[in-house]
This record gives sequence, structure tokens and C-alpha cells, in this order.
Amino acid sequence: MNVSKSILGPALFVCMLVNLYLIFMFAPTESSMGQIQRIFYFHVPTAWVSGLSLFVLFISSILYLWKKQRKYDIVAHAAGEIGVLFMTMFLVTGPIWARPVWNIWWDWSPRLTSSLVLWFIFVAYLMLRNFVENEEKGARLAAVFAIVGFVDVPIVYMSIRLWADIHPRPVIGGGESSGLHPDMKIAFYFSVFTFTLLFLYLLIQRVRLQKTTVAISEMKKQIAY
Amino acid sequence: MTETQSTAIAVTGLTKSFGNLYALRNLSFSLNKGEFLTIFGPNGAGKTTLIRILSTLTKASSGEIRIADFSFENDSEKIRRQIGVIAHQTFLYENLTAEENLRFYGRLYDVENLPKKIETLLSEVDLQLRKKDFVRTFSRGMQQRLAIARAMLHEPSILLLDEPYTGLDQHASEMLTNWLKRLRSAEQTILMVTHDLEQGMELADRIAVLVKGKLVLNQAQQEIDPKKFRQTYYDLVEKDKR
Amino acid sequence: MIAKVGVLLWKDILSELRTKELIFSMLVFSLMVAVIFNFSFPPGSEFIKDASPGILWMTFIFAGLLGMNRSFVYEVDTGCLQGLMLAPMDRSVIYISKLLVNFIFIGTVELIVTPLFAIFFDFSIIDSLGPFLLMLFLSTLGFSVIGTLFSAIAVNTKTREVMLPILHFPVVIPIIICAVQATSAIFQGREWSEIWNWLKILIAFDIIFLILAILMFEYVIEE
Repeated sequence: MNVSKSILGPALFVCMLVNLYLIFMFAPTESSMGQIQRIFYFHVPTAWVSGLSLFVLFISSILYLWKKQRKYDIVAHAAGEIGVLFMTMFLVTGPIWARPVWNIWWDWSPRLTSSLVLWFIFVAYLMLRNFVENEEKGARLAAVFAIVGFVDVPIVYMSIRLWADIHPRPVIGGGESSGLHPDMKIAFYFSVFTFTLLFLYLLIQRVRLQKTTVAISEMKKQIAY
Repeated sequence: MTETQSTAIAVTGLTKSFGNLYALRNLSFSLNKGEFLTIFGPNGAGKTTLIRILSTLTKASSGEIRIADFSFENDSEKIRRQIGVIAHQTFLYENLTAEENLRFYGRLYDVENLPKKIETLLSEVDLQLRKKDFVRTFSRGMQQRLAIARAMLHEPSILLLDEPYTGLDQHASEMLTNWLKRLRSAEQTILMVTHDLEQGMELADRIAVLVKGKLVLNQAQQEIDPKKFRQTYYDLVEKDKR
Repeated sequence: MIAKVGVLLWKDILSELRTKELIFSMLVFSLMVAVIFNFSFPPGSEFIKDASPGILWMTFIFAGLLGMNRSFVYEVDTGCLQGLMLAPMDRSVIYISKLLVNFIFIGTVELIVTPLFAIFFDFSIIDSLGPFLLMLFLSTLGFSVIGTLFSAIAVNTKTREVMLPILHFPVVIPIIICAVQATSAIFQGREWSEIWNWLKILIAFDIIFLILAILMFEYVIEE
């Protein structure tokens, strides 16, 4: 566990500095959007980390229901929290980018709408966790909800896509990654890498913290019941 | 072979835990056919958890349980046919009549000759005159009597009682005691858990004490002096607190 | 197994016929929603016609949640759920019977409310009754499948009535989209192929989540 403190932490710190350099100094300014385009190097990786969290949440929920070991539930809980955090960042950076470029905050595009729905699923997951008195039962119910939620995501995306297709609106911009300058690609992929490290670091730290919390509450219950 | 046949419940190394919190810790005991075992324990000792595990409502974390020689792993439906549960909750539907409640549960257990069975049971618990009345009009005592009839419908080989005296008035608890005595002389296997030392002491063949998920006493009733038992019990509970 | 589902269904429907609590509350609620929606448009507005499929489905879903919220409350509060779990049968029987109860109750309300809404909001479904009923069947099944599972989850939380919609809405968004779009395609007399596009998603949703819910239910009700 100390690996995260001794290696991952410092590595992450260095990567973040390099990442900031690459994003703000190294990558060229995009010609039509200008400086604001640089938010893209944060926006897309937050989506990537959200997806990663959802995947970890899904896998650890299945493992929990299968093996009934508390450690899987702790990982699921941590992944759920990180998911909400990064999904929120994604939903905030999106409009900040959209406003100056396309002159609207929110465009109900399939990607943005699906992300909002996914954010609601994550939030509902955390609320469910907090509102069940019995911890073991709460863990089990949350795992069931996470699995249903994960399976739902592609169907949500598909139906929103189809809904958006039959109601055509003015097409906004190109694809986010179309026609990237090679230097932009370097900055972009490095940023994804850095955010992945950040995800791992947060996950490990959150799991450690949660394990300590659980250990303390267990001790309390053993002393006085 | 004769030994397994006379064993109604065999529990070895039963543990129920979540993380490092233990509700039940390495419990082992067995109950022969026709025996009446009372397990005493303070609140939070794991009594209800034990009943829930034995009645397949909760899964154990580890350990082995056999009921009527069926294993918990593969035969949980067969086990459910063997057991009847009476708890402080009656499992009855208020908007159905007494008769309809029994018919409902009887059908779930595929009871044969159901109408006749219902008649017999209702007269045994002295409710035949109220069979067309809604359960919501019944007193607590009447509801508990109907719950007894409900639990006996499928002629379970083992009865599990979870604090059956809770909320009963004097009259109703005397009726319950008499009923249990009758069952005991009919060689019904019974396991009762309760925190109430008044009840279940004289009925039991064996007495056990559960404290913080551990069995700290398991003796034949004859070996226990009823007058001293209260003190023994408090000592056992207090010792574990320290 | 089917016989056991029947026994459970008989019990729930008999209780409901005696009290009529659920169906009546759902009906009255639906009609009030119609009145309230009417005020969200200027008098005589044409928008209300375009919005009527949405209004119809919001009504069904809110009314449905009202009903589904109750499906496990009684069972859990009185301990009857334990009585059911003690019975020698697969526990998915409990899920399937509750799903059917919810489906029947919500379906009844929908069949009563739709003609009334047709009068209130001036639409006609007589020409395309078949597709409409098929769409109604698939969507109602879909949100009952999720709603029944989630009501068994929500009943364990401190804020039961609020928790169910919070869990339910994000997951049934595909149902809402498909039902509303299919309904407006039907109202506008569009071609079958366009309606079918939406029904396909509904069918996929129903099958996937019905299987998943049956598999998961045991974990939800276990103590």
C-alpha cells in the first residue's frame, strides 16, 4: 500500500507539472477557437476517468456480490465517489468550453445528455449507500444498483443518440479530436496518462482512508455494544 | 448412521461477519430430534441472526449447517419445507381473513387436503368462530395464535421460535406456553431464542447462552439449578463485556 | 412455479380490491396532473398538442411510481416478506408476482386515463390502436421491471418515497425517450417503420432488465 505514497505520489506530481507545461506552453494555440481550446486537455481526460471509475465500480460490485468480501465493497464505494467528482468536472468544463466557442452553455448533445444521466446514476448510487442503515445490506443493494446502472449506460446512449438524430439541430463544430496538430496529440495523450495516474492515486488513497474508517468503527462497536 | 438420523440440526463452525464485525463467531451445536433447546442472550448477541440463518433468510459467511440431513448449500428449498418459524412478527396479512391467510400460506407450501387442515388448526388455536374475520380486527394474542397455526400448516419437523413472547399479554403467553408444552410432549423439535429468562426455562431440554456471537454455555436442563441460573446468566453476560 | 406466482398475485389483488387504495390514488393523481399541465401553457395554445405525448408519459410514470412505492412497504413493515421468503419456492417468484401486480395496476390506470386525456388534449388513437397498445405494453413492462426491483431496494432506506424516483428516473430514461417518441409518432400518423425503431429499443430494454432483475432480486431481499 505504501507504493502509492512513495512512488505513485511523487510520480504523479512530476507528471502533473509536465502536463501543465505541455498543455499551456508546448501545445500550439488552436486557430479557430483560440486559447479556450486548451480546456479540451482537461475535459476529455475527465470523461475518461469517469468511464474508468464506472468500470471499476461495475467490476467490484460484481465481485462483492459473488465473494461477499468487504474489500470489494470499499473499492466500489471509492470508485463511485471518484466517478461523481470527475463526472462533475466533465459537466462543468463542457459548458465553459461551449459558451465562448458556440455561444451556448448547454446544447443537449447526445454526449452531454448521456453524461448528465450517468452523473445522476452515480449520485443516486452514493445516496443509496448513505441512506441504508444496515451496512452489509447497504453494500449489497448498492452493488445491485451499480450493476443495473452500468448495463443501462449503453442503452441510454443509444436512445439519446436516436432521439437527437430525428430532431436535427444546427450542427455544432466538428468532432472534438478531428484534425489535431501532432503536438496537440502529444499533450492530449500525456494528459490522459496523467489523469489515469491521478485516478489510481485517488482510488488507492480513498480505499486506504475507508479501510481506516471501517477499522475504527469496528473497534468502537467491539468495545461498546 | 443412526446418529445422523436422530440429529435434527447440526451446526459446525458457523460464522457470520461483515468485514471484521462478527455477528456470530464459530458457533457449533447440535439438536436431536424431539429436543427443545432454548438459547438465551442479551440484545445484540446474535440470536435473531442465528434464527435467520437457520431459516435460510440470511446466508452464513462460513461454517456448515445441516437440517434434517439436508445441506444448506444445495437444498435450501427442502430445508424450508422442514422448518416452521414463529417470531414476534406474525407474517399475517391484515386485509385477509384468518382463513384466507392460512389458505395463502398453505398453497405456498403445497399443503394437501388444505381446507380440512385449516379447519383442524383453527379449532386447535381456538379461532374457528373468527375464521371469516379480517386479521386486522384480531388482538395481538389472537394474531399470535393464528401465527402458530400458520407455522404448523405444513407440519414442519423443526420449529424455530424467535422471541415469541414479545408483546403478548399474560393470557396469551400462558396459551403459548401450554401450546409449546403440548408440542414438546408430541416430540416436536424446537429451537427457541429469547432474552426473557422467565419463559422457556422450564420447557427446555437443553439450555444455551449466546453472548456477543459466541456460545458460552450449552447444558442439559437437569444440570442447571433454576434458582441459580439467573446469577449464572448475568455473570456470563458481564464477563464478556469486560 | 407459475402456480405460486398465481397464489401471490391472488393475495395482492384481493387485498387491493378490498381497500382500493392504490388504483384510486393513482387515478385521482393522474387526473390532477392533467389539470396542472394544462396551466403550464397559455390558454388555447397549440403547443399543448405537441406536448401531449410527454404529458401522458410523465403522468403514467409519476402515477406508476406512486403505486410501485407501496409494493414492498407493507411486506417489509409487517415482516410478511420473511414469511414469503420462508416458503419453499424460488425467490424470483416473489419478484415476478410483484412485477405482475404493478404491471396490472399501472396498466389499468393507463387504460382508464388515456381516453380521458384524449378528450382533454384533443388527440385520437382509434386509428392506430394496435401500435399504441403494443407500445403501452412494452413501456409499462419496462418501467415496472426496474420499478419493482428498485422499490425492493428503496424500501430499506430511510427516505423510501424519495429514494425510488431518484434511483428509477435515470435508469428508465431510455423508456421515457422511446415511449414519448413512439407516442408522438403514433399521434402524428407516421409510418410503422419509424414507430418500430423505438419499439426495438423498448424490447431490448425489457428483455435485458427482466433477466437481470430476476438474477439480482435474491440479493436485494436477503436479510
